[in-house]
Amino acid sequence: MIIAFCCHYCAYAAADLAGSLRIQYPPGVSVVKLPCTGKLDVQLVLDAFEHGADGVMVAGCMEGDCHYQQGNFNARRRVNYAKTLLQRIGLEPDRIRMFNMSSAMGKKWADAVTEMDETVRGLGPSPLGRRA
Amino acid sequence: MIVAEQKPLKEIQSLVGEAQTVLIVGCGTCVTVCFAGGEKEAGILGSLLRMSARMEGHEKSIGEVTVQRQCEWEYLDAIGDRIAEADIVLSLGCGVGVQALAERYPDAIVIPGLDTKFMGLPLEQGVWAERCAACGQCILGLTGGICPIARCSKQLLNGPCGGSSKGKCEVNPEIECAWQLIYDKLNAQGRLDLIMEITPPKDWRTGRDGGPRKIVRQDLRLVVTEEA
Ligand code: SF4
Ligand code: SF4
Repeated sequence: MIIAFCCHYCAYAAADLAGSLRIQYPPGVSVVKLPCTGKLDVQLVLDAFEHGADGVMVAGCMEGDCHYQQGNFNARRRVNYAKTLLQRIGLEPDRIRMFNMSSAMGKKWADAVTEMDETVRGLGPSPLGRRA
Repeated sequence: MIVAEQKPLKEIQSLVGEAQTVLIVGCGTCVTVCFAGGEKEAGILGSLLRMSARMEGHEKSIGEVTVQRQCEWEYLDAIGDRIAEADIVLSLGCGVGVQALAERYPDAIVIPGLDTKFMGLPLEQGVWAERCAACGQCILGLTGGICPIARCSKQLLNGPCGGSSKGKCEVNPEIECAWQLIYDKLNAQGRLDLIMEITPPKDWRTGRDGGPRKIVRQDLRLVVTEEA
């Protein structure tokens, strides 16, 4: 399971567009809409992992195009910080990744999910996942 | 403000040891604004400890609570029930907060999650610098508002020393020479006369050399004493 924190102004709309265009991408992704990736809190990311997420995507606007000017840069810093935290407890930092796209990039969204899905499959299920 | 840093996770884990029920107590004042031990940091640390325990194959019950000020009894009294349930109390307050908890709850095992560093201020977001060493007898009036006790590596009262070079301290080229700063400031204000006299050695009994310090204000005390 991959949790994708998506900005309302870009990636969320891009995911929507990908759907309208019937672009295929791996199904195991759950989208959480944020008003801006600047809303992303490291705690949200950790909560996702604590509840068994295998990977976390954070998808915001193209750099320079944030609706709130700096939000996606703040998100990038937090994603990097979250990577160091994951590393400290022995989880692979590649389980979280930041993506940038515009609302018109339905294909980019599908590619991003596909890439993330491949990365996570390579790493295997999270050791924190609920054991069946 | 009091500036602190969170201890490395490994150290915190070894302090927690085998304890099953851990209560992380954050503090809502200084250590919140220096992003070391506020509600957010308590939450993050809680998640990390829970996940890391689970990855090692055991579950720990780790709760978090943040009080407005860990260094005052009133705020600590409100969390008595939570403390009573915990095997160990992991304080994210400064050293004062940790001790306040340990003193108020004598049966509780209280451990520090932070290293308390200094009294200082944020120069910019994410950068803090030391400004006062609580020497007990402030001389900022002589030094243009720049503290040579906290900011001169040698705590000189009559500086700069011979190691001052291009405004930097010989101890580390990243440290600004406090005495250069003092000189420049007083020079700009036309008040160099303040440091032309040799300042005699400081009476360190007002500092830590006089042992632990205490302030008593009879005008504020609620207990009526003879002098009052
Ligand atoms: S002179 Fe003493 S009290 Fe004043 S700022 Fe420096 S250390 Fe603090
Ligand atoms: S170089 Fe300046 S700050 Fe450093 S020890 Fe000498 S007087 Fe103090």
